[in-house]
Amino acid sequence: MVLIETFFSLVLLISALLLVPLFPGLILKVKAFFTGKKGPPLLIKYYTLIKLVQKGSVYSTSSTFVFSLGPLISCTAALMALLFFPFAWLRPLFSFQGDIIVLLYFFGLGRFFTIVAALDTASPFEGMGAAREAFFAFLAEATLFAVLILFFRINGALSLGGYFAGQGLLSFDGSRGALLVLVVVGLFMVMLAENARVPVDDPATHLELTMIHEAMILDHSGPDLALIEFGAFCKLFFYAAFVASLLKPAHMILNPLLAILLFYGLVVLVYAAIGVVESVTARLKMPLVPKYLLSSFALVFFAIILTSLEFIP
Amino acid sequence: MDKHMLEITNGECIERSRIPRLSSELFHRRLNQFVRNNGSIVQFFAYPEDKQMVLLAVLRNSNLFILETTVGREYPSLTLSAGPQFNLFEREVAEQCGLRPAGHPWLKMLRYHANKSERPDVFGNNYEEEIPGNYPYFQVQGESVHEVAVGPVHAGIIEPGHFRFQCAGEEVLHLEIQLGYQHRGVEELLQTVPHKRLVPIAEGIAGDTAIGHGLSCCQALESLCGLEVAGAAKKQRTIALELERLANHIGDLGALSGDVAFNPPAAYFGRIRGEFLNLLLLLSGNRFGKGLLRAGGTAFVMDEEKRRAISNKIKELRPQILHVCDLLFTAHTVLARFERTGTVTRDHAQALGLVGVCGRASGLDYDVREFFPTEGHEELPAIRNQMTSGDVLSRAMVRQEEIVHSLNAIDQLLAMEEEPAHGAAAHSTAYALAPSSCVVTLNEGWRGEISHCVLTDEAGSISRYKIKDPSFHNWPGLAMALRNQEISDFPLCNKSFNLSYCGFDL
Repeated sequence: MVLIETFFSLVLLISALLLVPLFPGLILKVKAFFTGKKGPPLLIKYYTLIKLVQKGSVYSTSSTFVFSLGPLISCTAALMALLFFPFAWLRPLFSFQGDIIVLLYFFGLGRFFTIVAALDTASPFEGMGAAREAFFAFLAEATLFAVLILFFRINGALSLGGYFAGQGLLSFDGSRGALLVLVVVGLFMVMLAENARVPVDDPATHLELTMIHEAMILDHSGPDLALIEFGAFCKLFFYAAFVASLLKPAHMILNPLLAILLFYGLVVLVYAAIGVVESVTARLKMPLVPKYLLSSFALVFFAIILTSLEFIP
Repeated sequence: MDKHMLEITNGECIERSRIPRLSSELFHRRLNQFVRNNGSIVQFFAYPEDKQMVLLAVLRNSNLFILETTVGREYPSLTLSAGPQFNLFEREVAEQCGLRPAGHPWLKMLRYHANKSERPDVFGNNYEEEIPGNYPYFQVQGESVHEVAVGPVHAGIIEPGHFRFQCAGEEVLHLEIQLGYQHRGVEELLQTVPHKRLVPIAEGIAGDTAIGHGLSCCQALESLCGLEVAGAAKKQRTIALELERLANHIGDLGALSGDVAFNPPAAYFGRIRGEFLNLLLLLSGNRFGKGLLRAGGTAFVMDEEKRRAISNKIKELRPQILHVCDLLFTAHTVLARFERTGTVTRDHAQALGLVGVCGRASGLDYDVREFFPTEGHEELPAIRNQMTSGDVLSRAMVRQEEIVHSLNAIDQLLAMEEEPAHGAAAHSTAYALAPSSCVVTLNEGWRGEISHCVLTDEAGSISRYKIKDPSFHNWPGLAMALRNQEISDFPLCNKSFNLSYCGFDL
């Protein structure tokens, strides 16, 4: 029985990894719709990855092994996170109490090596991008950990499996479901910031001076760039799936097939929402980004305060 | 005004002997005085005469004036005494003719080429090194100060130019812009080619200002040759100039929108820009209007069918343009990016002598179409800009206002009573230029004041052809706009100025 379940989780994970490059293509389609264009094909990111893998990588003579370590570790970190993710509210491949903290620090580790690789190039653009990334990620962490505290107060779990699979699930229509509205909004904001999306970063820009994430990977090419891209897709998928998982009504009992359909339906919805946000807002001025991130923290922090209020008679 | 300065009109052919030649001391005093009384420089260059060099200045307040003086190897710097308006002009004179402005506080090369005289190089360059050669960049010292070098090779399809930022964190303390990568020697070329090639070459001075520069060249030749231009041709050339303005302003608004990641207007404006380029194609057979202008008129006649096509297209596009402008200027996230970004105060703009869109956005009410009108502009109303706070938003709003103004202008020109069709397009290629003469032409190109100044010798050939693109005035404005700004706002500021690299490099 355990073996079958494990096998099932593995199949879910692999199919998720295969699907991951599809969704950014979806964002592009939504954005194209808003600009009255046809847009690139839905499978564009698959083509990009295939193209990059077939190319060679170019290394500056002044960069060291640290430079090629960056893509490898950032991609691995994102993949590790998906190992623990309960796709479609089903049992994840791995799970233990506290795994979410480990995962967030995996992302931190990936970011650290991306930053170090960027600094290794000694390019002023990459240094600037690295400084911005480090600063903004540090503020985003506050929101993420506030979310963990809130979830712990709600159902005592500290793992992805505990949040979304098994007993006492987090959900809108559960007890304290209203608090999750704040969390969904807060997490959505952090997702945009952490994944280099508008209004914090612009994935489409070619202007180095305004870049955050892109600036750090300017010198990477070929398979290295493919690893970075794939890692970024996985990370975005992790956040989108996290938000999507919060959207399922708790008491809805579904057979696995329907659950999978619902899960991916919600994921598509989250990605489409990103596309809509990117189409109707301009980028923030750089000095406003900290305020934006702290607003997301404030939302989640209010939710935490509200959980305490229930103890007052 | 007085015997020290000769008042001239735009495009007037004057004998060179009529230009007042002052003593060096008087020349400097008059220039100082003029610039202090809110006067501006249109042209300031040197040309050889017999064995000496002559410095010629064309000035404007609400009128145009011309005066000159002879110089030796050195002359007292006007940048020092009269202000930064002279900065680039004096550096240009130093580079082109080896004349040193004594006491110039910022004497560096502009375009990196050897001067044509036997005088030694002012900058100590031997021109064997790569550009920029011996160029001392301004540096800020300090623990937390860092330097960011951008270009000359850029991402995207833009021209080469080098930007050197001195930053403290994200804040720009100083920006130095170093150009010259596209110096082609246009001025010298124009002095040597057969006269029939002048206009086609002028059209290539800055590819996006083909009509503006072409027209300035045509007017100069017409004035020197005494050619009359038919009313219909004038009207057609005015329409072409306004179409060029429309295409570029619309493209700029789209690009500004794209730079702040607000995609829908960027896409719509991109398409609409193409529609206006296609109208130029209809007029001239080239999307940038090249080949339309000829001294004495135009190469193609605008018949009734073309008039109707332009008129209908404008009727169709006008509501679309207004709609997309509305979309752009009501998006609060866009306004938040545009407002108070890259501000150039009116005082700074005046001191630097900004022209065109950038000048008007800072509150300098100068428009060649109003002050020194040519072609069909005499009969058109002037434009008044509402938003003049000098930031990116103002520069965008001024563009929007100019777009509406240009649409109206074209409508008005098309609606005017058509005079009996002069079927013939101008094909004359034999130009007899008036000898020993001088002509200064000014036009409001889409970036601002374009000026060409042509001097002829006794034999009636061109002895000096001086070009001034509006970018020449405005590049220092961009550097000022970046003071104490976020470095991440540089692309947005740059786009809001959208200056020409090749128009500057010549």
